[in-house]
Parts: sequence; C-alpha cells; structure tokens
Amino acid sequence: MEKVAIIGVGYTKYDRNSPLTFAEMVFEATTKAIKDAGISKDDVDNIVSASSDFWDGRTISSMAISDAANAYGKDITTVEGDGTFAALYGMMRILSGSYGVTVVCAHHKGTESSMNGITNCAFDPLVERKLGIDAISSAALQARRYMDKYGLLEEQFALVSVKNHGNAMRNPLALLPMEITVEDVMNSRKIADPLKLLDCSPVTDGACTLILAAERNAKKLTTNKKRVWMKGVGHCSDAFRLGDRDLADTRALAKAAKRAYAMAGISDPGKEIDFAEVYDAFSYMEPLWLEGLGICDDGMGCEYLERGWFDAGGRLPVNVSGGRLSANPVMSAGLYAMAEAVQQLRGEAKKHQLRGVETALVHGINGMCGQSHCVWVLGK
Amino acid sequence: MPGWKDDVDVLVHEGKISVPYSWTVGSTLSRFYCELRDNAKIWANRCPSCGKVFAPPKIKCIDCYEDLHDWVELPGTGTVETYTVVRYEEPVLHPRKAPFAYGIIKMDGADTGMVHFIGDVDPEEVKAGMRVEAVFEDEREGNILDIKHFRPIT
Repeated sequence: MEKVAIIGVGYTKYDRNSPLTFAEMVFEATTKAIKDAGISKDDVDNIVSASSDFWDGRTISSMAISDAANAYGKDITTVEGDGTFAALYGMMRILSGSYGVTVVCAHHKGTESSMNGITNCAFDPLVERKLGIDAISSAALQARRYMDKYGLLEEQFALVSVKNHGNAMRNPLALLPMEITVEDVMNSRKIADPLKLLDCSPVTDGACTLILAAERNAKKLTTNKKRVWMKGVGHCSDAFRLGDRDLADTRALAKAAKRAYAMAGISDPGKEIDFAEVYDAFSYMEPLWLEGLGICDDGMGCEYLERGWFDAGGRLPVNVSGGRLSANPVMSAGLYAMAEAVQQLRGEAKKHQLRGVETALVHGINGMCGQSHCVWVLGK
Repeated sequence: MPGWKDDVDVLVHEGKISVPYSWTVGSTLSRFYCELRDNAKIWANRCPSCGKVFAPPKIKCIDCYEDLHDWVELPGTGTVETYTVVRYEEPVLHPRKAPFAYGIIKMDGADTGMVHFIGDVDPEEVKAGMRVEAVFEDEREGNILDIKHFRPIT
C-alpha cells in the first residue's frame, strides 16, 4: 500500500465567541495549512470536511464552507464526526487512486449554540432524548461506572485535569492554561456527579486543516522536514444505546487500536509510542482510553497517572498540548490533536516540545461516551 | 487595505431553529410503548440465537444481527448499574428540576440496561447495586416517560 503523509497543518487560535464566521475560520486554517505545506491551492483536488449540521445551525454545512476550504471547482465530501475520522476518509480517497493532494478541514463553534441542547439531540428521539440526557450527564454515568468497576476515586480523575491544564501553561494555543491542584478540581462546581466543572472541557471555537498527500506527491511537493507519515489507523464502533454497553468496557477502542498498531508494525505500544494525544473531553476519559489503547492494563490508568507516567517528562507523555480539557472544539478537536502531533514530530512545538519523539498516537471519538473510536499512529 | 477589520463592529444575529418532526416509532418500540401505555407493563424482546434479552427492545440483536421475534414480560424490577446526580438546570431539556438522578437500570430478566430517572429517594442516597422498581405515570401517552422513574424497593 502506498504511504500517505501529512504535509501541512493550519488552525485558528482557540476562542470563545469568536468574531469569525465558520467560513472565515476555515479559510484562515486552510490558507495557513497550504502555506505550511509550501504548495499552491491549485495542487489540491480533493476536500474532506468535518462538521455537524446541528452545531452549525444549517443543513449540508460543508457546502457553506466549500469556497473557504478551497473546494471551488473541485470535489468536497463530508464526515459528520470528529476530524480524526475525516482524516481517515481523506487518506482512503487518496489510496483509492482517484484523488491527489487533499485538504482535510474541520470547523466548530461551540459558543454559538447550546452544547446540552445539541448533544441531547444525539440520543434516540424515540427513547432517551425525552429524558433530557446529554453529553455531560451521559459522561457522568460512564465516569461512575468506571469508578465502581475498578474502585477509583474522584481525586484520581482530578489529577488528569491538574496535569493537562498544567501542560497548557506551556502551549500558547490552549484556551485554559491553569496551575491548579486536586483540591481546586474537587472544590469546583458540581455539574453531574462525579463530574465537577474542572473535570469538563470548555466550550470552544476553532477550525483546523491538514494537507494530505500520497508519497509520490508528498516527495515532489515538500521537504522531508514537513512530512509526517500516517503509519497506522484503526477505527471501531460500539453499540449506540448506552444500556447496551458496559460503559467501563473499552473493547471498541481496543479493536481500533489493535488495527492501528498492526498497520504501523507496533507490537508494544507502551514502549514504541513516544507520546499521545488522547481524547479527554472529561478527565476520567484519559485513563479509561489509555487502558483501551493498551497503554496500561484495565483499571490501571489512574495508578500509572499517579506515578507520573503520563506527565510531560514521564515515560509516555499524554496530552502535552493541554488536551481537550484545555480547549475542546468538538468537531475539530481530533484534527487539532493530529496537528499537535505533527508539530511535535517536526520539532516545531516550541515551549512544549518533547525531545527525540518519532512516533505519536492520536485518538479521537465519535458519539456519546466514546461509542466510536479512531486511532492514528503518526511518525517521521 | 489590511487592518480594516480591527475597526469593524462585528454583529451577531440571534436566531432559533424550530422544525416539527413526526418520528415513526416502528413496530418494535410501538409494541413496547403500547404495553406501557395500555397495561403499565414493561416488555422486552429476546434473540432467538444467543438468548440475549433487550429492554428497551431492539429490532435486531446487536451480537447476532437476528430479528427479535420472542417477546417477554419483565417484572418491572431491576438493579442500578450506574447513576449520576444532575446539578444543572436545563428547563427545556430536563423534564424535572435539578438536582435529580439518572441511572442505567438492568431490569430483572433483561441483559441490557435502561436509562431512566431514579426517584422517590434523596438523589444523594442513590448507589450502584441499589434494587429498584418502575413507577408508572397515571396518565400515559405511549413513550418512555410513561415510566415516571425507578424507585428503591424498600
């Protein structure tokens, strides 16, 4: 199979109540990504966008940003889900042999609408939606189940928030850089037990674009320094209904990760992966997903977190960007995480640059409580 | 001239999308809701292949992809698998005022969990493993809210 590289990244700064329209955000991110790759807009013939019609408040939301995404006179297609899945679709379109250099863009403005109202609409209108459940209350059900299954404490989840907000202090892009303590998290406003305000990610606006190219194009158009290879990818879905799953069971993620590792030739992820961006819209998710990713055994994520394994200076730094806890533009969150990994691998992460990193893991989710997972292995 | 944007008073247009829908409930969930509405009974369906019992019922077994033609009546009792106490107000979304408790209830006789309210109890007292029973509304309309909530079995 031909290799595919990420050759350019661009993004807007994270914001709240951004004065930019969706199209202005996509235009800014895509222009920056094209410039970063050092290519011309005319080199691109394929656009994959990630957006959500409900969040945008309009139908066929990708059509409205198509000009801004450099799709005029070209082909644009859309993923209604996290940007990691759009990147997967972009890669597949390249590997089909039908498309060349590809723009993958995602945009999101959480501050223009109602987070709870929109995530409530992700539930079946025939069953759970009438109960008023949403992303936060369903995550709380998952957090509690995870605690009860393995005897975990809220203080252990709080430590994720402390770590990631602390990491954000070294990332000028992050929306919520904070030096906080476990006590601060524990004393923050109760939202839905066991989740407190500082266990939850902030409502955020942001657009991000990646430029993808097959090996032959990547080598023709860019320098080696810019190229980061998509070494492995895997995705897998669990049941739609919360009650059809054990919410502390990460089998869908484990399958996705296994596929990504097999494709990337990784046999011991804990040793072979140098750093990871793991989906942490809520604090408890980081250790839970690290277990699913095979980085630690089931129920051990919090213990390893306490030992400092996932600190910026630990044996496998996780979310050195500050993670979704420090900025979470939902639909584009996964693309930002991939852009972060690309910049780390290129050595361009400035104040939060990790030393000697060659292999990155990026994880994105779709659906409530991580119904569906996409796992990327990226490398130089 | 670049820089002109700094002087613009960027406007915000307020809006609201309100679109009516008539969602077909389908034969499987319609049977479930008619039993709730007419008889205050909770019915589930069972996979003929693996025997898994779904409550609320599903059209296909998620494991076997088989049609679920076998129906079973459940006693309406169950166990709280997980729960949360919601502390924030969402007057349009939430049918009740915070604080209130959601739970996932594994019904006796079923293999899957049902998301619902846990009531008639101080939300602070709710625990996983708690034994509960369904409480039905007096006026029932054929939807999930015909079950008022689940309450602890005393």
